[in-house]
Amino acid sequence: MPRQTDDAGAVAGLHRPSAAEKIHETVRYLLRSWELYAFVLPAIIHVLLFRYLPIYGLRIAFTDGFSLRSGRSAPEWNEFAHFIRFFNSAYFIPVIRNTIVISLYSLATWPIPLALALMINEARSRFFKKSVQMVTYAPHFISTVVVVSIMYFFLSPRIGVVNSVIQLLGGEAIFFMASPSWGPSLFVLSELWQNAGFNAIIFLAALSAVDSSLREAAFCDGANKLQIIWHVEIPWIMPTIVILFIMRLGQLLTIGFEKVLLMQNDLNISTLEVVATYTYRSGILQSQYDYATAVGLLETVVNFAILVAANRLARRIGQTSLW
Amino acid sequence: MVDFRSRSDRIFDRINVALLVVVLVATLYPVYFVVIASVSSPTLVSAGHVYLWPDGFNVEGYSYILRDKRIMFGYRNSLIYAVGQTIISLVLTIPAAYALSRRDMRWRGLIMFYFVFTLYFTGGIIPFYVVVLKLGLKDSVWSLMLPNAVNVFNLIIARTFFQSNIPDELLESAQLDGCNNTRFFVSIVLPVGQAIIAIVVLFNVVQNWNAFFHALLFINDQAKYPLQLVLRRLLILNQLLSGGGEGLEALSPEEIQRRQLLADLLRYGTIVVAIAPLMILYPFIQRHFVKGIMVGSIKG
Repeated sequence: MPRQTDDAGAVAGLHRPSAAEKIHETVRYLLRSWELYAFVLPAIIHVLLFRYLPIYGLRIAFTDGFSLRSGRSAPEWNEFAHFIRFFNSAYFIPVIRNTIVISLYSLATWPIPLALALMINEARSRFFKKSVQMVTYAPHFISTVVVVSIMYFFLSPRIGVVNSVIQLLGGEAIFFMASPSWGPSLFVLSELWQNAGFNAIIFLAALSAVDSSLREAAFCDGANKLQIIWHVEIPWIMPTIVILFIMRLGQLLTIGFEKVLLMQNDLNISTLEVVATYTYRSGILQSQYDYATAVGLLETVVNFAILVAANRLARRIGQTSLW
Repeated sequence: MVDFRSRSDRIFDRINVALLVVVLVATLYPVYFVVIASVSSPTLVSAGHVYLWPDGFNVEGYSYILRDKRIMFGYRNSLIYAVGQTIISLVLTIPAAYALSRRDMRWRGLIMFYFVFTLYFTGGIIPFYVVVLKLGLKDSVWSLMLPNAVNVFNLIIARTFFQSNIPDELLESAQLDGCNNTRFFVSIVLPVGQAIIAIVVLFNVVQNWNAFFHALLFINDQAKYPLQLVLRRLLILNQLLSGGGEGLEALSPEEIQRRQLLADLLRYGTIVVAIAPLMILYPFIQRHFVKGIMVGSIKG
């Protein structure tokens, strides 16, 4: 709720203001503070155009015959025909399976930045600490296109370093980037390479706020480093962990779509076609706008539901929540 | 200094440092390898002779790349788009963030909700695509500068910054002197907010410089391709040597191999050219990023 301004508070303190008084008071307030609203207005309009208009556009998921030219579709509700078509299509099972596999695989690696932060925090030399930090979050600034092309090189069966090592050890060269079984792993590992250091920053910040007298007390009581991490540091930063985890859950099915798209080729698409890339393919490339909107909407709704559920759970067990 | 560490803690520290060194090498090596491969003899690289330092030093690749118009145009376009979006973004975000930081602004909770909601619920790719098309931005450079100009995360960061860095007393005394909101914003808020403006600029430039998907959606005209889309063509769709695909049968196997090796060399060099600007700036800007994330994490 917006806080009352001081003069409004004074009026409310004396007697209940009538509707006319309220309007009068609001007008006076706006005359005085209209500039603040003028400051926000451009951003509001921008978000209306580029964020809310697309949300309004979701209605084409429930109708037939959308035409890009007119921007209209048939007025009547099509009884979930697009959704039913997706459920019955041959793509449904593989696309959902790939999405779930990659999502859960990524989620399983979520604690790694936390572990990295704990490790960096334990390093004794300040210089070493700073160097590790600086180096590990540099890849975050490299574009997805470049990361994927580095992967093509590095993992190439012809010139790749990884395969040279495999062959040196007497193994067979593997064409990683064309292998369906390697697809999800390569995606998840490259995401870690790119973002683990960056995601560790926030944990490191939380760790730097741990009360050092607690650490010393535990140390005096004979706790070793692992025990201090487990019984002092982790409980201390738990609220941060919970909040970040909820936010991560809200993005559960949002897979680094650009990277998957760039990694896809005819050979590995069987494990790398996920809901978002399928939406792109069927919607933009095959111009089935209404159908693809329905598929995309499923993902948004599931994500949103998971976020709400996770937030409720966190509020119940941890007394922390996003809202 | 006396070392108070117990035996187990000493072992712990050693293992910890060893693991961190592994992480360090694993992070650096792929990029380092591309850099040394780009200045080595491609024959030696493909034979697996180059892994620690350059061998058969040559800069032939770079002389090709720097003459390649596509890459240079991509560079120029990306620079224009990044600067353009950043300016639009600042104009839209900074005043809004300041207004929303004012505790005396009515309905600001409601307005914040209006913005934050879009972080969690979106229309998805297709409706977004349709909207941008209907706004007439297909094949327009504006499609790469306008749609992401308001980033709610940046808005939250800037708002938090203003909330904690502009004391209420300052506003009150300015108001007593008859200073209106616009003047206060221009002469007090903007100078105080320089740090946060720098952060928003950096976030915008990096994000725009690395983006390729909107260009893939909206831009057909190759003259308007941003660098990332050029790179995608050259590096991932394997089209570096123009005309490399057709008429290969007519060439001798040696010629094909020679071309293949040259193509590899050019790709290594292209990657280096693509990441060079950010990597050179990185040591200077990374502090600000960390600061930005800290400010953002206080509430957001």
